[in-house]
Amino acid sequence: MSTVTNTIFSPELAARFDHLVTIYPVKRSALVPMLLYAQDEIGYVSDAAVSEIAVRIGINDLEVRNVLSYYSMLRTKPAGKYNVQVCTNISCMLRGGYGILDHCKKTLGIGHKETTADGTFSLEEVECIGACCWAPAMQVNYDFHDGLTPEKVDVVLQQYRDGQGKDVK
Amino acid sequence: MADVTLIVDGKQITAPAGTLLIEACKSAGIEIPAFCYYPGLSLQAACRMCVVRIEKQPKLATACTTTIAEGMVVQTETPEIAQARKATLQLLLGNHPLDCPVCDAGGECELQDMTFKYGAAESFYAEPKNHREEQKWSPVVYFDRPRCILCYRCVRMCGEGMDVFALGIQNRGSSAVIAPNVPAQLSPDDLAHVDCEQCGMCIDACPVGALTSGTYRYKTRPWEMNHVATVCTHCGDGCKTTLGVRSTSDGSEIVRGDNRDKSGINNDFLCNKGRYAFDFANHEDRITQPLVRQANGELKPVSWEIALDHVGKKLRELRDTRGGKSIGVIGGNRLTNEEAYLLQKFARTVLHTNNIDHHRTADYVAFAQSLAGHGERTASLHDTLKAPAVLIVGGDPTVQSPATAWNLRTNVRLNRAKLYIANAAEIKLRRQAKAFLQLAPFGYNALAAYLAGDEAAALSATSDTAALSSFRDAVKAEENLLILIGSELRGAELKKLIDFGLTIPGAKFALLSDYVNSRGAADMGLLPDMLPGYTPVGATSPMATEYAGPNALGLDMLEMFDSADRGNLSALYVVGANPVARYSIDPATLKNTFVVVQEMFLTETAALADVVLPAANLYEKAGSVTNSYGDLQQVSKAGDRAGVRTDFEMIVRVADKIGANMQSLVPFGKGLRADMGQTRGVQSGEADRHAVWLTANNMEPRLSPFDSFAILDEIQRLVPGYNILRLQLLSGNDQHLSPAATPLVQISNRRDLVVPANDTLFTSGTLGRYSTMLCDLQQNEILRASNLTQIQTAAD
Repeated sequence: MSTVTNTIFSPELAARFDHLVTIYPVKRSALVPMLLYAQDEIGYVSDAAVSEIAVRIGINDLEVRNVLSYYSMLRTKPAGKYNVQVCTNISCMLRGGYGILDHCKKTLGIGHKETTADGTFSLEEVECIGACCWAPAMQVNYDFHDGLTPEKVDVVLQQYRDGQGKDVK
Repeated sequence: MADVTLIVDGKQITAPAGTLLIEACKSAGIEIPAFCYYPGLSLQAACRMCVVRIEKQPKLATACTTTIAEGMVVQTETPEIAQARKATLQLLLGNHPLDCPVCDAGGECELQDMTFKYGAAESFYAEPKNHREEQKWSPVVYFDRPRCILCYRCVRMCGEGMDVFALGIQNRGSSAVIAPNVPAQLSPDDLAHVDCEQCGMCIDACPVGALTSGTYRYKTRPWEMNHVATVCTHCGDGCKTTLGVRSTSDGSEIVRGDNRDKSGINNDFLCNKGRYAFDFANHEDRITQPLVRQANGELKPVSWEIALDHVGKKLRELRDTRGGKSIGVIGGNRLTNEEAYLLQKFARTVLHTNNIDHHRTADYVAFAQSLAGHGERTASLHDTLKAPAVLIVGGDPTVQSPATAWNLRTNVRLNRAKLYIANAAEIKLRRQAKAFLQLAPFGYNALAAYLAGDEAAALSATSDTAALSSFRDAVKAEENLLILIGSELRGAELKKLIDFGLTIPGAKFALLSDYVNSRGAADMGLLPDMLPGYTPVGATSPMATEYAGPNALGLDMLEMFDSADRGNLSALYVVGANPVARYSIDPATLKNTFVVVQEMFLTETAALADVVLPAANLYEKAGSVTNSYGDLQQVSKAGDRAGVRTDFEMIVRVADKIGANMQSLVPFGKGLRADMGQTRGVQSGEADRHAVWLTANNMEPRLSPFDSFAILDEIQRLVPGYNILRLQLLSGNDQHLSPAATPLVQISNRRDLVVPANDTLFTSGTLGRYSTMLCDLQQNEILRASNLTQIQTAAD
């Protein structure tokens, strides 16, 4: 049973949200996880998602937007089916992260926070993704690819293009 | 709390434990600069301007978040601190445009002051400044993003202070920006807007010129205006508003209203009406010449002499031929006490009639009679800020008396006051309430009966009788309870509620009404059955012996119009009221009545008049007003308009034309005496110190019949409860007065004539229709509601 009637989320996610607001001492602590789960399901945080999350937590839409706009991994516009996130933080930078990013830009024909015309890929330059030991690294949706070279990137991207890649949610 | 002693800049200071360092320093006369700190709001420590050196602490500490401790040694101005503040300013100025010469805040800007003080005008940052266009968030709130220094004052003011939460902060770091609650993508015109109460508190709190006011922006500079602190003409709270005035070719124009010195009864607060709705004075429809109806039925402008002659002659003739009983007088809710008093005295002693009334917005007669002999039980507006527990029955303070609501919210937030609310509607203040009792529609009388002990009334009061019972128990257990009563309760029911309240130890009462001097109008006896101070007509009293009026009760508002309908009302004298619209009077009713109206505009009533006399409004006259709580304040003249006269002057002139004894109507020429210069003794030839003192205190001798202080002297002498402290009044402070009624009249026998004005945040009776800004705000609300594209004026 969802506490919100006419929820815009799937029944499973709605049930998960119902539970989520009960497990913290303060309801609004559930805000960031809810935004992330909502983004995973819808692809981005829509205005409708903002409103429903606000109702679930009992705060204003504005307060949800305040938090939403703070975090760069939360987006309010749809991204591609596969969101390629290339790390250029220090370890990756030293090991050629910018080269990987430039290569991605060239092969995909898009820039930072852009999406290919067919909606398959979008590209993002991100800060540390915690894979320093295997730098340079990138993350496609929630799947990691490390020890990258431009050639390896081509293989990875081709896998996704062919629908062979892992689509971890 | 126990006192703590500390040393600041080598000086020993003492303050109660728990005081913030910045406040302790302020009370010792040491100013620590701060942008984000605002007394009463939560602490932010965002600006880093208030850093001080505290001994034994490794780093500079923020004075706004440090509570004082015993033996603390603090330095507030050292080269090190100056350097830190300068660096902070340089960062703030990294994006802040140096457009001070065109900025509204120029001359009143905290950032400007600090830059002057610490000399950070030169910056290390050579990068281009980030420019963004200014945004129109509402007709009254404009946002200039690059000027914002992200102090969060507006965000906290709106959320904590106003309980509106229309402003937030979005993005991060140098992209961080104050955002309103209607984002561009959800707005029909693709521009961001605020959906709020439009109080303008964010503009007031803004230390720079990032938030500016729609009425004032780019009009003038602060030093080019004169600033006059007076009382807002709108609701019954009677907030002090400071009007910025500048000269025009036909008088002086009000260009700004704000809460500049924060010294008034309203402390920090001012709502949209006090801040913006002064513009009716400049409305193009304003009447500036007397109008007299000609034989062909048209109103024609004439000279003052002709108009006053005509009124005087006609009124005398009608009084002498058809008797005073055939004349009616209607006063207004925005007159000063002196004018209201003079009007009823004029009616009773010159026109010889008790047919005098005003638009009653609360039953003050029953209130005064119920509290007769309990003078100390009336509450001041200040009590709403301090009372440990508050019961509100009826009314909707958020909308009808915003300063009361602000004080109550502050009281709950800072003092954990307990708020009990019983209302038929889900009023917004219930969000601060400890207990909210939803009453049945019209359930107030049943509630009063139930509280008074009539268990059978429970079911008519509310459907939730269990809640009702626990509500009564909770209220009964309180002490020093403040009871705020809406205009829904009148007569016997009001008395029942007050009688119940009187059983609670230390309980205090206030009855909320709708306009600035609704209370004053009742106190001053604009009533057919009551002389000033709720002295019943016909009873033996000092008042009655002082001036002999007719002994019979007069006609009330509705009876006057009934009488006119029967052709028995020979004349009607209306001062600052619009009864034709308020009581939906058929214009034909007044066809055989000689109607004189003193008004600013051709209202429904003025349009029917035989003579219209152009009146000054409350911002264009001096005197005193009494708010719904009974707090008396001085009104000062701010604006001026050639051609109009104060109601006081017009009443005096009309009385003179009727041939009244002016010395007895206005006791001028007596009281304080003029002694123009020393003529004898060692100080011969020096200035008259007594006269100098009088002038300094604005207490010149009453040499003119137009001196309202002559009437104030009489009010003080005669009206029970009006024991005014002169210097308190003249220094612009409020003072609380208690009605001292004699409980002689049976309350239930009086006819209930209370008609609440039902004003919203953006209306103010007839006057509000002539305020362009209030009309814009109403339009703004309608457009938002109907989701249409908002009409945008060019932002630049």
